[in-house]
Amino acid sequence: MTVCRAYRRYSKGSIPDETKMFKIVKREQFSPVTYLWKLEAPDIAKAAQPGHFVIVHHGEGGERVPLTIADFDRQAGTITLVIQAVGKTTTALMGLQEGECLDDLAGPLGHARHFDKVKKVVCVGGGLGVAPTYPQLRQYKQNGAYTISIVGFRSKDLMFWIDRFKAESDELIIATDDGSFGVKGLVTGPLQQVLDQQPDVDEVLAIGPAIMMKACVAVTKPRGVKTVVSLNPVMVDGTGMCGGCRVTVGGKMAFACVDGPEFDGLQVDFDELLARAKRFDTAERESMRLLREKHDCRLPR
Amino acid sequence: MEAPSKPKKTIKTIAKSKTAMPEQEPAVRARNWSEVTLGYTEDQALAEAARCIQCKNPGCIKGCPVAINIPGFIQAIESRDFRKAYDVLAADNVLPAICGRVCPQETQCEALCIVGNKLEPVGIGRLERFVGDLALKHGWSLAAPANRNGHKAAMIGSGPASITCAVDLARAGVDVTIYEALHTAGGVLKYGIPEFRLPKKLIDRELEALQRLGVKIVTNTIIGRLYTIPQLMQEMGYETAFIGVGAGYPNLMGIPGEGYNGIFSANEYLTRVNLMRAYQHPYADTPTGMGKKVAVIGAGNTAMDACRVSIRMGAENVYCVYRRTKKESPARAEEVHHAEEEGVKFNWLTAPVRILGDERGWVRAMECIRMELGEPDASGRARPVPVPGSEFLFEVDTIVYAIGTSANPILAQTTPGLRLNKRGYIDVSPETQMTSIPGVFAGGDIVTGGATVILAMGAGRKAARAMLRYMGIEAAAQPA
Ligand SMILES: Cc1cc2nc3c(=O)[nH]c(=O)nc-3n(C[C@H](O)[C@H](O)[C@H](O)COP(=O)(O)OP(=O)(O)OC[C@H]3O[C@@H](n4cnc5c(N)ncnc54)[C@H](O)[C@@H]3O)c2cc1C
Ligand SMILES: Cc1cc2nc3c(=O)[nH]c(=O)nc-3n(C[C@H](O)[C@H](O)[C@H](O)COP(=O)(O)OP(=O)(O)OC[C@H]3O[C@@H](n4cnc5c(N)ncnc54)[C@H](O)[C@@H]3O)c2cc1C
Ligand code: SF4
Ligand code: SF4
Ligand code: FES
Repeated sequence: MTVCRAYRRYSKGSIPDETKMFKIVKREQFSPVTYLWKLEAPDIAKAAQPGHFVIVHHGEGGERVPLTIADFDRQAGTITLVIQAVGKTTTALMGLQEGECLDDLAGPLGHARHFDKVKKVVCVGGGLGVAPTYPQLRQYKQNGAYTISIVGFRSKDLMFWIDRFKAESDELIIATDDGSFGVKGLVTGPLQQVLDQQPDVDEVLAIGPAIMMKACVAVTKPRGVKTVVSLNPVMVDGTGMCGGCRVTVGGKMAFACVDGPEFDGLQVDFDELLARAKRFDTAERESMRLLREKHDCRLPR
Repeated sequence: MEAPSKPKKTIKTIAKSKTAMPEQEPAVRARNWSEVTLGYTEDQALAEAARCIQCKNPGCIKGCPVAINIPGFIQAIESRDFRKAYDVLAADNVLPAICGRVCPQETQCEALCIVGNKLEPVGIGRLERFVGDLALKHGWSLAAPANRNGHKAAMIGSGPASITCAVDLARAGVDVTIYEALHTAGGVLKYGIPEFRLPKKLIDRELEALQRLGVKIVTNTIIGRLYTIPQLMQEMGYETAFIGVGAGYPNLMGIPGEGYNGIFSANEYLTRVNLMRAYQHPYADTPTGMGKKVAVIGAGNTAMDACRVSIRMGAENVYCVYRRTKKESPARAEEVHHAEEEGVKFNWLTAPVRILGDERGWVRAMECIRMELGEPDASGRARPVPVPGSEFLFEVDTIVYAIGTSANPILAQTTPGLRLNKRGYIDVSPETQMTSIPGVFAGGDIVTGGATVILAMGAGRKAARAMLRYMGIEAAAQPA
């Protein structure tokens, strides 16, 4: 691990800090908007469990973004993140190259996933939820469950990690919105089919955009199948300090970063989650516009 | 110690009112983020120091939670020995520049100042700030660390409680590491209290001084997640640990409509602005997502900060909504006064009952009810009682809750055997600040609930003494 004792800037002051620097030891580009980082972070790798996430922060004036730990290797001391560029920060971070260091990486955060004994599980991953589904799928498999995976992408050229999913799944269904590979349409079609044909499925795990998880729950709820979802409200600190990540589950308020991010999908108020995701839309579009225009100069303080 | 040449000062011979402290004009400062109050010049400090009558039996010291030798440091100012004034202050308070700014002096040291019985009390806080600022300017710092003695202690959290504890331990030769969850150290001083009241560079200077004492600061480390307390104590070789994680787990009221967009905890709102620098958005990446008509619920320091930040963020109307009156408001008097000057509108005896949203899910209005004051409650303050039928609508597009915080559950969940009290805060021995786990101490907001900087510092200091005893070390000699 690279330990940086150099002076690092914090707001205006300069504090020598024992903080580690987090090196990108491997970088892969899956599609024009999806990329993978393998980061040197031995302590996080040691503590990581499926379901955990980290917060990444880079550069003066940078935003803190939560990202799920998509894989970890305790021996090598690395964690893997798979990131989809959706806005200013995730697009800007795409420019970091192999060998470069991230300023701040905090984690693992959230509750580790508690795995009940299940015989048959369906793991549904959609879009940016595909990668975070993987460590859980692997854990289900190791726990001896029969695993059915349904992964969805917008189109064929956005697909990644199919081989990894194949290795851990007894059945694998791939769906693309445009039909360029596998089943045409959303993941909910195959999910419905699987549940109809295999009534002995005792658990569904769904990770992806809120709208996708909402649609999955619409399929599982009438059938009364236990459904675990991983919620992704906008976060700031990720430590329970700000309450910005609050969600309503079973009529009660919860903070996704400390009480979650996994919750009983049948209890989640998805409409509120979807509305709250739009809280910063106007401001974020402004950030993105500046990035595009390359006017991204930082104001002096 | 009195200067023999001078005639003895009495309450009759001194200036009647506190020497005014220069500050930015309200209309100007409402548009910038620079510090509101500018601090005493040397002449002003000397004039104010001259108002202290050097009581034989001073009240002020009893009012200060860390019992600073107040007449002592003021006398040193009077005799222009500023370095000595600093040493006297620093013997009891390692962060004078910070406390001089944010302590609620009017209810502590200055409340018991003897001069205050007849005239305006001595401006102890302002003098403390004057000395603290000089010390930072000249780089005076604490006595150099004694030789390292091989003992190791971990601080969890980097707020004022941990900073104080770390200083005392480091000066006694202990190898101290501070673990902080966020990407920058300082606790509420950094993420909560805004720049115009407490400049961030002051805190950074203090942290740099801490590092010169040999204290290591490790950010991005959430204890309970990355390392647990049992790990710190068993695998990582710490003999003692101090929990100073604050009470940052914000409360909401639980009234209908809290899920709408435009509703923040003060912590979220202030963190976005102070820590993430939303006031520079879009050049800094984190926005506030606030509107133009802001209601802040509550009237403590946090509420005043949220109000005054909103003004500076360009809100057209900022309302402070509180169910009691100005008299019961827990904020420092100076903050309420400054907020009024800057155009914050106060709605005393008012409580929200319901939040209404528009079809897009954003706040559109708040239904409030008028209150009147009844009998005193357990806290001794008059209990607010709703006036039936007095409900009315308040049009706002942003609501900030500043109604207090609770204990963060992360450490409690991951530390077997850590005893909590009924309210969920950490239970400690009042003499030593030790928790139910031997060698693990705690102090500050995580023990008391949201309190003050100086109380957190007092707890850190008390814990440090007990930690030194626990490790079998004598405390470092205090500077004269
Ligand atoms: C617990 C958790 C785990 C996550 N794991 C991953 C992951 O493994 N890989 C990954 O690519 N992304 C993940 N996300 C989402 C990721 O944090 C956001 O995409 C990122 O914060 C967007 O930042 P930005 O500045 O690039 O975009 P912004 O400019 O902030 O936002 C652009 C648009 O993205 C959407 N958006 C913003 N924040 C989020 C969010 N938190 N979740 C979903 N959509 C959002 C909004 O609709 C917004 O309009 C996770 C989120 C959470 C809370
Ligand atoms: C907006 C606002 C204004 C205020 N104004 C005043 C004022 O004017 N005067 C006054 O006297 N007091 C004021 N206070 C109160 C005062 O700031 C607090 O009482 C004081 O900061 C408490 O200090 P602390 O050391 O207990 O914790 P904090 O300052 O809360 O610091 C705790 C630190 O621990 C970190 N942490 C939390 N959990 C973990 C973990 N598991 N692992 C590692 N790190 C962790 C946090 O990120 C934080 O940085 C104000 C508070 C607020 C919120
Ligand atoms: S620390 Fe606070 S209470 Fe004590 S003397 Fe200073 S300002 Fe007064
Ligand atoms: S009580 Fe007031 S006048 Fe007396 S010593 Fe203290 S500060 Fe000075
Ligand atoms: S992100 Fe701030 S409390 Fe969850």
